[in-house]
This record gives sequence, structure tokens and C-alpha cells, in this order.
Amino acid sequence: MQYAIEMVDITKTFPGVVANDKVTLRVKEGEVHALLGENGAGKSTLMSILFGGYNADSGTIKVHGKQVDIKDPNVATELGIGMVHQHFKLVHNYSVTENIVLGMEPKKRFGLLDIPKAEKRVAELSETYGLKVDPKSTVDEITVGAQQRVEILKTLYRNANIIIFDEPTSVLTPQEIDELMQIILRLKKEGKTIVLITHKLKEIKAVADRCTVLRRGVGIGTVEVSQVSEQDLAEMMVGRAVEFEIDKNPVKKGEVVLSIQNLNIADQVGSLKVQNLSVDVHKGEIVGIAGVDGNGQTELLYGISGLSPVVSGKVILDGIDITKASIRKRIELGLGHIPEDRQKHGLISEFNLAENAALKNYYKEPYSNKYGLLNQEKMDKNAVKLIEQFDIRAGQGSKTTAGSLSGGNQQKAIIAREISLSPHVLLIAQPTRGLDVGAIEYIRHRILAERERGQAILLISFELDEIMNLCDRIATISKGSIVGIFNQDEVDEREIGMMMAGSKREEKAI
Amino acid sequence: MKKLRSKGFAIQRALEKDSTISILVVLLGFLVGTILVALVGKNPANMYKALLQSVSGYNLDNGKMNVRYIGETLNYAVPFILCGLSMAFAARTGLFNIGGEGQYIMGLTVAQVVALLGPPIGTFHWVLAIVASMAIGAIWGGIVGILKAKYEVSEVVSTIMLNYVALYLSRIICLQLPGATTYKTANFPETALLSNSFFQKLTNNSLLNNGFFLMLIAVVLYWFIMEKTNLGFGLRATGFNREAARCSGIPVVKSIAVSMAIAGVFAGLAGGIVALGSFKYGRILSGMDNYGFNGIAVALVGNSRALGTMLAGLLFGILKNAQALMQGKQIPKEITFIIQGLIVVFIALRSAISIYLAWLNKRQLQKEVLAK
Repeated sequence: MQYAIEMVDITKTFPGVVANDKVTLRVKEGEVHALLGENGAGKSTLMSILFGGYNADSGTIKVHGKQVDIKDPNVATELGIGMVHQHFKLVHNYSVTENIVLGMEPKKRFGLLDIPKAEKRVAELSETYGLKVDPKSTVDEITVGAQQRVEILKTLYRNANIIIFDEPTSVLTPQEIDELMQIILRLKKEGKTIVLITHKLKEIKAVADRCTVLRRGVGIGTVEVSQVSEQDLAEMMVGRAVEFEIDKNPVKKGEVVLSIQNLNIADQVGSLKVQNLSVDVHKGEIVGIAGVDGNGQTELLYGISGLSPVVSGKVILDGIDITKASIRKRIELGLGHIPEDRQKHGLISEFNLAENAALKNYYKEPYSNKYGLLNQEKMDKNAVKLIEQFDIRAGQGSKTTAGSLSGGNQQKAIIAREISLSPHVLLIAQPTRGLDVGAIEYIRHRILAERERGQAILLISFELDEIMNLCDRIATISKGSIVGIFNQDEVDEREIGMMMAGSKREEKAI
Repeated sequence: MKKLRSKGFAIQRALEKDSTISILVVLLGFLVGTILVALVGKNPANMYKALLQSVSGYNLDNGKMNVRYIGETLNYAVPFILCGLSMAFAARTGLFNIGGEGQYIMGLTVAQVVALLGPPIGTFHWVLAIVASMAIGAIWGGIVGILKAKYEVSEVVSTIMLNYVALYLSRIICLQLPGATTYKTANFPETALLSNSFFQKLTNNSLLNNGFFLMLIAVVLYWFIMEKTNLGFGLRATGFNREAARCSGIPVVKSIAVSMAIAGVFAGLAGGIVALGSFKYGRILSGMDNYGFNGIAVALVGNSRALGTMLAGLLFGILKNAQALMQGKQIPKEITFIIQGLIVVFIALRSAISIYLAWLNKRQLQKEVLAK
């Protein structure tokens, strides 16, 4: 049996990390092969080595049975390997065709571009593989799903017969995901070999023939997808049994605590990112904002937390208008914030845990006395307590610098701080992004525990599973406006997906 | 084998410390300086003799001891240290204060004005002059801070411009002072001087003066504000990660203005001390004294820490005092500037060393993985 790709005993180290530890991957000709693993398991590193982004420290690579040395991406392209990156590499004000031919433009005499010829070829390709795009429209004008199809066409235009998809569904709505799965099957039918990098089990069950699992840089094994269950795959990925659904008690909704009224927020260039948005959050409930990345979620939280100014509208907390209040004032009134960007907004990585835990109230008793002198001892004690309560793995206790913690423990530290300040309202953005399964479970349980305590929680997540699992009410956001708000048990993922794409649900009064 | 490895490990740990690197950088600067002296055909030993005399007052050539040199070295070190603290204070808040020179000049100018026009009452007179020099430093730095905080004007640009404003403003003001000629004013009254008769007796009539105490107080205050007060906590947080500080409710805009003002206080104090400690008359500056600029290097070598900056400032004081002594021994005094320059260049090694450490780490890991 000949393999399309054979990577044997690949080892790659980075300072402080072994990203791949003698990993072996064998992909058969014409199959869809999934590469499964948690964030940081080494999937992307392995594929970057195949695509020429990194050079392996040791190990051999064979493509179609021939040993190769892939020094850079150009070599990979010549070998017929194409990659559809997670973050698209497209020039926004260029047309679809221009993007596809970029770097390999067909030329007429005197070096003039032959765009009509290119357009014809693009149209042929999109016909053959069922990839619907308009070759003449600019990338700005087309949907994210279509942009991804452009990326796929780019690889096909370069005659790729092995196509690597790096986490292709993370930016797509559920409907677009379905379409992508159809495209992958079509590509397979046309004889292409597909490698699908993912951590989503459903997708693997839907399209993959075989699956190789990585865990912490080590290859765990390769299985026939048809012979294993999702549960089996999850266990291989994590190394233990995993709970999929979280039990939660029925909601005990209280009065409105956070009320957002007709909010408009602009970005730095002045275009409105949040438009006329209203939503109420009650005591004891979790309201989720579902939507595709970039539809105003980030700006909404910036506006509520005070990080960016509001154009018009009101933010009311416990009946007090905080629309123009300083950030410190908002914190003092009981607004907690677990920010989307941990490194940028959550922690000061040079500070130790004691200092980070006191970051929001260091200027008050017990951490400061009335003369403005710090009480280091009290700060340490507080941090020791939080480390214990929230199971933060820190090598040097309260003196551990935040930057030396793993992502999961950094997130636990932020959550520990925010919860220990016991606010009335918690704004939570992407609480589990980039974390391993253990930390994800822990953090979701903590959020639910806060709901039980009667907190009002506003949660933003791009993971629909997370929203469906945790939230009591789900508001779907599209282009900065809320398309619909429903109780969690009244909608399913399909309907939310439709709304994420912007179409309002047909009138069904609540 | 195991012992060898632990030794390597100890070196590695030491290299991770900023202070070790500072010392290494200084030694490297001297090493290259020595080589340069030898290359131009002079005896490097003479350079070290001059340095020894500058530090200890001991003259190796004739075996005589003169403690005056120690006093002068310390006196030279005072403005270096204070300007270093000025730069360092801003740096800890994430700002680049190139305006130390301007703040220094304004401090010097106002001290001269108060010295000549203020009430000649013992002690009160010079204290008033020093307080005024600190206040003008705070204003001169604070302007930059407010511009930066409110209107996002780059502090690098505004401080450089204000340096020139300060220099020419100083000339305009000082030319109006009593007894002003093209380069000096009338002599200060005795009550305005910082001279300390105890120091004079102790150091054989060196210029060492009360400014030395003020510098020591400044160093301790610097450390205290930075490490022990909640003001310092907020400033450090802002310096490390402005966005996270803002998100945590720290008033970042205020922090920036306050930090620049306090930085200005240190440089203004340096100006006041030089005006009233090292001179008996007011100077009409024709150019910059460069203490403010050297403060940047001092803060870099001292890692913006209180003790580190003090030690680095002392080093610069030693070099400055050694200049005249070197010339007496046929060593060009410019070598001290070269050494200072080299030290600043070698500071860039800090990142080179961290790259080297990362590489060592990686190789170690690779070995362990492949050996399995």
C-alpha cells in the first residue's frame, strides 16, 4: 500500500516545549484523514513541518512514496501539497480571481496579466469541485464561507492533490460547516487526499475515514473512524473519560441587574460595531451571546466594561446609569469582567499571583492602609487562599509570575480574582478558548456555581456548544444587532445558525 | 558529571538575573576600553591607576593618599544618580524620559534665581531654592505627562523639544539676574550654598555637600514609592501592561502624568544640587551639562532599580572624576566616554543572552527527547 504522506518519527522542539515527540503519521491516497488533539497537542506544528513552515529536528517525510526535504512552502506547493489556513491569507480589496492567482499569475506578452484566462480557469475549477464563488467579486463582498472556498480554490489552482485543512470550521456558522463537509467529500470523490486538523469530534465522524490522535506532542494512535465512537475519540484525545453535557439546576431568575438599552458603539475608525442593541440580564441567569467572531461581541463587552466609549444608549447596573462611569467606578459597583484576551487585558504577566489577585482593589483595605502603604502580607495570604480554592497550579505559590503559568491556570487566576471580588454581574468572554479539556470542565462548573449564587452573567462565546450548554437565554448577534433572544430550550443549533447568518426567525412569539 | 551539570545550571540561573548581566556588561565595556588604550600605544595600567585614584584617593605612582578625590567622585555621582532615577522612574511606568536634561536645566535655573533673589536666611534659603528646583522639575516633566496622557503626544518628541526650550529659557532668565555677564552671574550669598563644613574637613576641601544627603534620601524614596506604596503599584502595573492596568480600573492617564512629574522632580533636584553645591555663582549655560542624557545610560545599567541606579551612577561619577587624572597620565580622557558608550551598546546583550539561554534550553530538551 502506498501512502500519500508518510511522516515517520518526527521530533520538533521549541524552547521549553517538545511540540512533537517521535510522531508518526501515515495518510493513504484518496482518504480523508483527521488529525485530532487538544490545543497545544502539536497538530499545527506537525502540519507546519509538512508544509515547510518549520524544519523537523529529526524524522523522515515521504510524499507519494518518495523521501523529500521540505525546506519551505514553495517546495510543498511543488509537491502538490496545499494548505487552507485557519486564518485566511487573502488580500481584501482584490477580486476572488486575483487572490487565487496571486504569485502564479498567467501572463500575456510583455508581462501583462491575463485576467480573463485566469477567470476562466477559476470558473472551471469551481464547477468541477462544486465550490460556488463569483470570480469577479472582491473578497470584501463575500461571506466567510465563500472566502474559505477561495482558499480551497487557491490550493486547487496550484494543482494540489493533498489538501490540509487547519481548524476549518472555527469561523463558520453551522450551515456553512455542513456545506464545508459536503465540499470535503466532493474533493475526496475527485481523488484528492485530505488532512483535516480539528478538535471537533462531530466533524471527524461526519467525513473522516481514519483518524490519528495526538496528545501533548505524542502520537496516541491511528484508528478507523467507523469503528470507534465519539466517546472513544475523546478519551484518546484527553487520556481519560470526558463528560459531554453538564447537568444544571433550573434557572431561578431574579430582578434585572444589568440592563443594556439601545447601545451603539463605534470602532476606532468610527463605523458602528454595535447597533441599537438592548438586552437585560437577570439575577441568577446566564445570558449567552451567540455569533460568529467579529459581529460586535468584543465591542459590546468593551462598551459595558468601560474599555471603549459608547456613542449612544445606556448601560444600567442595579438601577445606576454607568454609561459614562470610569472603569474603576464600574468595578466598585460590582461589575466583574473575564476578558476575551487574557494576555492583553486579564493579567500583568510580569506581576506575581499575589499582585495580580489584588490588581483591582490594591488601593483599598486590606491591601493598602489609609496612608497608601501596601500590605504585601495580606496580598500573599489572599493569593494563597485563591490558589487553593481554585486549584491553580503555580510552582512558587503566590510568588509565581503570571506569565509563567499555563493558559488554563492563567484563566483560573483571572476567574479566581473576579469571583473573589464577588461582583453582582460577570461579563465573561471566551472563557475556555485555547484550554485543555480538564480546565474547560472546571471553568464551566465554576461559572455555573456563580449562577447558583445568584450572579447575573453575560457570556460571549464563539463555541455554540458552550453557549447551548451553559446559558439560560441565548441572544444571537449578527452585524452588531441582536437577531433574536430565546430561552435555551426553545431553540436548536440550526436555528441559531440561521440567525447567526443574519436571517430573522419567522414570527413565533415568546 | 552531575556536578558539572549543576555548575552549568548555576551559571545559567545567574545569567537569568538582570544584575549579573549589568555587571557583565560593565566588565565588557572596561575590557574593550583597555584593548583600545593598548591599541593606541598607551599603557592601560595607567588608566586603572587613574580609576583607582578616583575611587580611593590613593596615588600608586607616588604612594600618596588624598581623600579629596573620593569626595569629588561622590559629588560627581550625585547628579548622575538623580538623573538616572528620573529616567528610571518614567521607565518603570513604561515611558521614555529623554527630558531629564531639560528638567535638570530648569531646576538649575530656578535654584540660581532663588539663590540670588531669595531671602538670605540661613538654611531656609537653600532649602527654598532646592524645593523650587524640584517643583519646576515636576512642572517641566508634568507638562509632558499631561500632553501624553490627554493628547497622546509622544513623550520622546515633546521631551526633546522641551530640552531646548529649557536651555534657551534658562539663558534668557539668567541674563536678567544681578551681576550677569555673558557666562556668569554675581556670587551667591553664603546662605544659598549647600556646602557642608564637616564634609569639607573630612574630604580635604572637596566640593562634596549636603546634596549627597538629598541624593541618598531620593534613592530611598524612589525605592519606597515604587515598591511599598499603592501609587507605585499602579505605576508599575501601567508600565508592564497599560491595557491590563486600564482594564483593572487603574487610572492610567493619571498614572502617566504623575509618573512624569515625579521623574521631573528627581532631575530638577539634580539641577538644584549642581547649581548650589558645585558652584558659588550662577552659570549662564552655553550648552547642556549632559547629566540628563547620561541619566538614561545610568538607568539602563541600573535596570531602573533604586540600588542598581545608585551603583551605576557611582560608576559614572568615578569615570568622570578619573578624566583629569587620566590626562595627567597621558591617557586620552575621551576613553571614559568610549567606555560609557560601550556599556550602553553592550546593554543590548541582554536580549542576546536571553536568546542564547532559550537556545541552550532547547538543545537540552532535544537531547533528552532524542536519548529516550
